[in-house]
Amino acid sequence: MSVFLALTFSGVALGAVYFLAASGLSLIYGLMDILNFAHGLFMTLGAYAAWDVATHLPASWGAPTLFGVALVASILGGALAAGLTEVLIIRHLYARPVSQILVTIGLDLAVVGLLLGGFGSNSLSVPVPLWMMEASKIGSVNLPNADFVALLAGVIVLVALEWFLARTRFGITIRAGVENRTMVSALGVHVGRAFTLVFIIGGAMAGLAGLLYSVVFSGDLVSPTQGDSLLIFAFIVVVIGGLGSIRGSAIAALLVGLVQDYTNFYLGTHPGFAEIGNLSVVLLLAVVLEWRPRGLLGRAL
Amino acid sequence: MNAVEVRELSVTLGGSHVLQGVTFDVPAGGVTALLGRNGVGKTTTLRALLGMVERRGEVRLLGTDTAGLATHRVVRLGVGYVPEDRDVFSGLSVEENLRLAEQRSDPLYDEVFALFPELKERARQRAGTLSGGQQQMVAIARVLLNGWPLLLVDEPSKGLAPLLVSDLADVLERVAERSTILLVEQNLALIKRLASRVIVLDHGEVIHTGSSAELADESLARRFLGVTSGA
Repeated sequence: MSVFLALTFSGVALGAVYFLAASGLSLIYGLMDILNFAHGLFMTLGAYAAWDVATHLPASWGAPTLFGVALVASILGGALAAGLTEVLIIRHLYARPVSQILVTIGLDLAVVGLLLGGFGSNSLSVPVPLWMMEASKIGSVNLPNADFVALLAGVIVLVALEWFLARTRFGITIRAGVENRTMVSALGVHVGRAFTLVFIIGGAMAGLAGLLYSVVFSGDLVSPTQGDSLLIFAFIVVVIGGLGSIRGSAIAALLVGLVQDYTNFYLGTHPGFAEIGNLSVVLLLAVVLEWRPRGLLGRAL
Repeated sequence: MNAVEVRELSVTLGGSHVLQGVTFDVPAGGVTALLGRNGVGKTTTLRALLGMVERRGEVRLLGTDTAGLATHRVVRLGVGYVPEDRDVFSGLSVEENLRLAEQRSDPLYDEVFALFPELKERARQRAGTLSGGQQQMVAIARVLLNGWPLLLVDEPSKGLAPLLVSDLADVLERVAERSTILLVEQNLALIKRLASRVIVLDHGEVIHTGSSAELADESLARRFLGVTSGA
C-alpha cells in the first residue's frame, strides 16, 4: 500500500509539472489558435536561465537562496523568451498557421542548436538545497521533498491563473477572446495586447516547468533538449484537457502523470515494456478523444 | 456635419465582390436605415466601416479618416457596434460581458440599468443561458455603457417576439436622442417608426437614398427592399 501511495504522490507531482508546461500552451492555442512548437524552447531557456543565474552568484548566498533566485530566473527567462517570440515573430504570422508551425519548429531547432554549441551536450547541474534531495516520512510512506515543491508550484499557479482569468479585466479579455476574438476587438479592446500577455504568462509557466522538471525528475540536470521531451506531453495534456481550459489542463495533467507513473512502475520492468508509460499516455489520449473529441473541458473543435 | 462618409467602398470576400464602390453619407443625429434584400451586403458594409474585413475606398467616421486603423481603434473613435447575431460571450456572465465593453472611466451603468433593469438582476448569470431578447439587451447595453456618439446596429429585431420588438424600438428611440444610429433592419414597421432617412443597397451598390417617408408605399418597399411588414 505504501508503494502505491508513494507512486500516487510521485504521479501527482509529475502531473503538476505537466500542468505548468501545458497551461500556457493551452491558453496560447485556445485564444490565439497558434500551434506553438517553440513552447518547449521556453521550458529549456527557463531552466538554462535558472542554471546561469544560480551558478554565477556567490556560493556564500547558500543553496536555499540560490534556488529561490533560480526559480525566479526560470520564470523571467521563460517569460522573456516567449514575449520576444510573440512580438518579433508570431505577431506577423497570425493568419498563417502553416508558417507558424514551420517558424516555431525552426526557432526551436535553431536555439537548441545554439545551446548545444554554447554549453555543449553535457547536462548542467543546478544547485538545489540539501533538503530537496531528501524525503519526508508521512505515515509509513517516504515522499521526496522535491515532489512537494513541484506540487506546491502547480497548485499556486492553478489558483493564481484561475483568479487572474476570473477576476481581472485581462483575464476576462482572454476568456472572451477564446470565444470570439473579432467581437472583442469590436468592443474597442486591444486584443493584441492580451495576446502578448498570454504568451508571456505561458512562457513564465513553461520556464518554471523546465526548472522543476530538471530538479524533480532529471537529477537536477539541465539539458538543451529537455523542453522538447516535455513538449509532447504538454500537447497531450492540452488536447485531453480541452483547448483553452486551464482547469481541464490541470485534470488532464494529473491523469497523465498518474497513468504514466503507475504503468511505468507496474509494467515497465517487464522485458520489452520499457516505454509502456509513454504508450499508456497515448492510449489515454485516444480513449478520451474517442469519448469526448473536444477534450474534458474544452470548447468545440 | 456627417457622422459617416463612405466613398467608393469595395469589399471582396471569397472571390465574390460583395460591395462594389458603395458611396453614401449618414448625417449626424437620428436614425438612418441601411436597407436591402438578404445578401446584398448590408452586414458587410457595417463590418467594413469598422475595419473588420479588408476593404478599398474611403471611410470617415465622426470626421476621422479610418484608413489603416485597427478595429479597436475605430471603435474608440466613438463607434459602437451591435452585431446581427448579438455575439455575446456565452461563457462570461452578464456582468463580465458589460465590464469587457467598458471604454470610459465612468461607464453609464445607471443609464443602462434604467433601460434594462433585468440585466442588473441577472448580472451573475452566464450570457449563454439568456433568452434571445435578453442577449439582445446585453449586446445593446455594451455599446450604451460608453455613450458612443455613433452606433452601428445590425438587425436588432431578428428573432425577437413582437412585444420585445416594440420594447426594442422604445429603447432605440431614446438612444437616438443622443447618438447617431446607422440601422440595418428588415422589419418595415420598425424602420418606419425609427428612421428618418434610408439608404438602399442592391447587388453591392447603393441604388437609392432618401426619406423613410417614401416607404409609405408598402408594395414598393416589399418589391425593391425585400422587407416585410410586422410588429
